[in-house]
Formats: sequence, C-alpha cells, structure tokens
Amino acid sequence: MSNLNDYKNIWVFIETECGKAKNVGYELLNVAKPLADQKGCPLVAVVIGKDIEGVAKDAICYGADSAIIVDGPEYEYYTTDAFTKAMVTLVEKYKPETLMIGATNNGRDMGPRVSCRLQTGLTADCTGIDIDEETGNIAWTRPTFGGNLMATIMCPEHRPQMGTVRPGVFKKGAYEEGRTGEIIKEDIHVAPEEIRTTLVERVSEIAEAVNLEEAEIIVSGGRGVGSAENFGLLEDLAAELGATLGCSRAVVDAGWMPHAHQVGQSGKTVAPKLYFAIGISGAIQHLAGISGSDTVIAVNKDEDAPIFDVADYGIVGNLNEVVPALTAAFKARKA
Amino acid sequence: MNICVCMKQVPDTNEIKVDPETHTLVRKGVPSIVNPFDTYAQEVGVRLKEQLGGKLIVISMGPEQAKEAIKSCLAVGADNGYLISSRNFGGSDTLATSYILSEAIKAVEEKEGLKFDLILCGKQATDGDTAQVGPEIAEHLDLPQITYALDIVEKDGEIQVKREYDAGYDMISTRLPAVVTVVKLPYEPRYPTIKSKMAAKKKEIPVLTEEDIPSIKLELCGLNGSPTRVKKTYTPVREKSGVKLAGMEAADAANEVVKLLEEAKLL
Repeated sequence: MSNLNDYKNIWVFIETECGKAKNVGYELLNVAKPLADQKGCPLVAVVIGKDIEGVAKDAICYGADSAIIVDGPEYEYYTTDAFTKAMVTLVEKYKPETLMIGATNNGRDMGPRVSCRLQTGLTADCTGIDIDEETGNIAWTRPTFGGNLMATIMCPEHRPQMGTVRPGVFKKGAYEEGRTGEIIKEDIHVAPEEIRTTLVERVSEIAEAVNLEEAEIIVSGGRGVGSAENFGLLEDLAAELGATLGCSRAVVDAGWMPHAHQVGQSGKTVAPKLYFAIGISGAIQHLAGISGSDTVIAVNKDEDAPIFDVADYGIVGNLNEVVPALTAAFKARKA
Repeated sequence: MNICVCMKQVPDTNEIKVDPETHTLVRKGVPSIVNPFDTYAQEVGVRLKEQLGGKLIVISMGPEQAKEAIKSCLAVGADNGYLISSRNFGGSDTLATSYILSEAIKAVEEKEGLKFDLILCGKQATDGDTAQVGPEIAEHLDLPQITYALDIVEKDGEIQVKREYDAGYDMISTRLPAVVTVVKLPYEPRYPTIKSKMAAKKKEIPVLTEEDIPSIKLELCGLNGSPTRVKKTYTPVREKSGVKLAGMEAADAANEVVKLLEEAKLL
C-alpha cells in the first residue's frame, strides 16, 4: 500500500441510467458535505454514464465542489465490467481518501468489484457515516443480523475507505442554483469485448417503475390482505396519499403482486416518511427492510402481531373496514 | 454444467432475541440454518444440473459445525461438499473471505478433476447482510458476474439471468464461467426425503485447510488480509413507544390516527 497521506478528498458516486441520476447520489453529497468541511477537503462528485454533463452540474448545485465525469455510449446502461474499469481507473489516478456509493442493486454490484480490485475495505449498506475523532477515519455504521445489531466499521490502513450507503436514509440538500465548480472530463473507454454481460431485454411487469427506495409514503400489504383483488383497498389509500404500493414477501409468493413491489430482506430496503403496514405480521425479514422508516402505521387484526412492536401508530382491527376508513379520514382532512 | 455453490451456515435470525438488560444479542441456543438465499442458489443449481448434467459441489467456510449445513445441501441434490476451515481463516472480512473461497474453488476443481462453469451464491448472508462476497469471488477469479438473480436458464452454452429491476426484470446474458448471486426464485427449494437425508448423513465431508489449498497466501487471510475492522457493535434502541388503538370502531380509530399524525406534524 502506498502512503495513506497520498489519498485526499471525499468522492461521491452519482449513479445514472440513460443520463438520469438516482436520488441517492445527491443524498450522499448532503451527508458527505459536513464531513468534507470537517476534513477541510473538497467534495467531488463522480458521474459515469451517457450524456451526463447536466447531472454533473446538478451535483455541484447539490453541494459538490467539483465533478469528474466519464461519458460514453458504453455507460448508458450499467454493466459491472465497464463501470468497475472506469471507477478503478479514476481512483488510481486521483487517489481519493473516501468513496461513497449508493447501496442500490447496481451500487452493491459495482462496490465490491471495485474495492476488491483495489484491495481495500468496503462497508456495505451503511445507515450512518461519521468521522472517528481519534483517528480521523470514516466510521461507517450499518445494520446486521437483519437489523438486530448495529456495527461501526473502519478501514484504518487502506485507501480509499469505501462504503455503500442505503438510499433514502439521508435527505437531499437544497439545490443551489448558480453554484459553480470545475467539471473534469476523463476519457475512459471500454471495448465491447471487455464487457462480458449483455442486456438482452428489459421487461417491465408493471406500467411504471416502482421506486420504493425513494418513496416518501408507502402503503404496504401483507398476507392479511387476503387476495389480489383486495389490494384495491390499499390502492385507494395509496392514491389518496400519493403513496407507492409495497408488499411483503408472502404476497409475492401468493402471486398477488409482482416482485418489484416487495419490501424486506429479499426485496427492497425502504426509508419513507410514512410506512403503512396493512395486514403485515412483521416477520424479521420484513422489519429489516423498513427500519429506516420515520413513522410506521400498522393495521392488523392480531393484537400480538410483532409489527405493533415497531409501529408508532397501530390499529387493531379488520383491515377491510379500517383501510377504507383511513382513506375516508385522509380525504376528509383535505376537504 | 459443473456448478459450485458457496454456502454459509447462519444463525436463524427469526430466533434471535435481544437481551433487554444487556442489550446484546442472545445467540445461545439459536439454531443454525443454511443461509436462506443460499438455498435458492442451491436449488437453481440443482435444476440446471438435472437438465444439463455435470456435478454440483457445495463449499462452505466456517467451523466444524458447518458440516451439518453442507449435509443438508447434499440431501437436496449436491453431489459433494467441502468445508473450508482453519484458525488462520478466522476473523476474515469479506475481502479475505472471498479470497479464501476463490482459492478453495481452484483447489476443489483440482480435487474433483473438473472446471466449474457456474459459481452460485445467495445474494447475501442473513447474518452479515453485506452481499459482497459473491462479487468479490468473481473479481478474484476474474469472472463476469450477475447479481440479484431471480432465475437462471441456459441457452446455447451461455446463461440468461433474470436480474431484479425496479419495474420488473432485466434479462442479462453472459458467457461461462460466471458468478451469479441469487435473490429469489419463481419456485421453492425442494425438501429432502428420508432416504436422501440418510445418504447425506453418511457422506464424508472433506475439510480443506491452507495445507490443502497450495496457492493460498496466508497474509491475505483472516485478520491480516482484512482491511476493515469492527470498531463497535450495539443493539439499536427503540426510542419511540407506539400508540395502539384496539377495540374501536374502524372510523373512530382511523380518525384518531389521522389526528395524531397531524398533531405530530407528520402529514
């Protein structure tokens, strides 16, 4: 390992697809900003994609001091090989001290590939990031054991210190129109034969992409909803609230909802302001996926359902009556 | 198609409790299981093997006790199993673990006299929840990877993998050999029969230490090979105490919750 002091600056990877950024990159800029200030170092946004100069400018308006962009047709859609090569090339050239990546599927695909090639440490799916007072290292905090245990992890003798960070846990900062910073274009190209995977087709099972990770309100149903048809009650409530529909694993297994809606350990990890758990008993695998929610509202007929242990507001009752009543109550409030 | 399944024995997180006094995890008496995501990797592997022929080998790094988990994989279709175990491997983070496994995979290929076409892992272990070991094995072996798989089919000597995507799935193809991590399948893993359980029980599980993996560099194993350090662990404290409304008319309960949300400025 070369001298640790050669490594400077905090980098945030801004994930894009077809030239559009995912929110988590901007969220990370907001959490990294005070850390960069504390260290007295610049905060650099790294954007890899196709037609992304606008994203780089946005990243600066969201708090980055400068941006490094790698633009090319091979980055329009994510591939492990192309993105890993681009990121590793950048790290080797610029030597950042810290690299943060959003813990999306693609971020968690690329992160370990990059850290392994660089032979450095990577902490997965963090929900807290601080600077260790004693050493100045980044202290990455993350849930393990399905959220039953929190661990704080450091990478003392290798650089960059890398972490993937859970989407939705941190909020985006204010967009400062007119904020400027240097945008460096790096020409890194990956030959087609170096990319060993091919996107054959993208199949949408639902009309619109379900963006559970970035949803502010989620209305989620479990086995207790009883049937696919009965999800209509939840759809009404979701429509009233402008919420995204979620569900537990049992619902996907029963074929009532597509997998894209699934919340929990084998589905999406979410962090909404309001999470409605309707007819969800609260298996630990489900709870692991909702621990980042600000407020949980549970409806269940079983008074002893574990979901009530994590709910801020719980209603014990028949969801066929309670859910329409909630829809009506929210509607009345607006009127 | 020769397949290697990398499996981890994990505590059954359904059974884990937090001691209310000490705020530490109570692990005593908690049963060990095959990591649930690895049971999917194993099942899709067995189906591919049944369809295409070849061997399915399961490997696991862990203590002696993990032989039990290997045996439960043998009972549902794995041909052979190897335990990777040594004091020198203890304390490994994901980088060191994936290094040891990747070296063990090469050693197992030697022992079995075959080359693996496909290396399967669960998307993550339910104790560590990192989802890093699969991609890191792929990196150590310089193989293509597809993560978050929902199904795998073989087509003209390549594989096509349904990969989880926000609105459905991406169909991604890759040549072999490759590493795939599995999140879920359209079917449930099979159950063992009494006969298959008995046969698995009798089977010898070879233990591979560094002595059996000639190419392994010990400085890359265990704590020495681990860039990350756990500074501290703690159990999350729930600060909020919830309001539970029971025995109320649906409309009253709904109105009350909306009122409470409003008072708490959550709307």
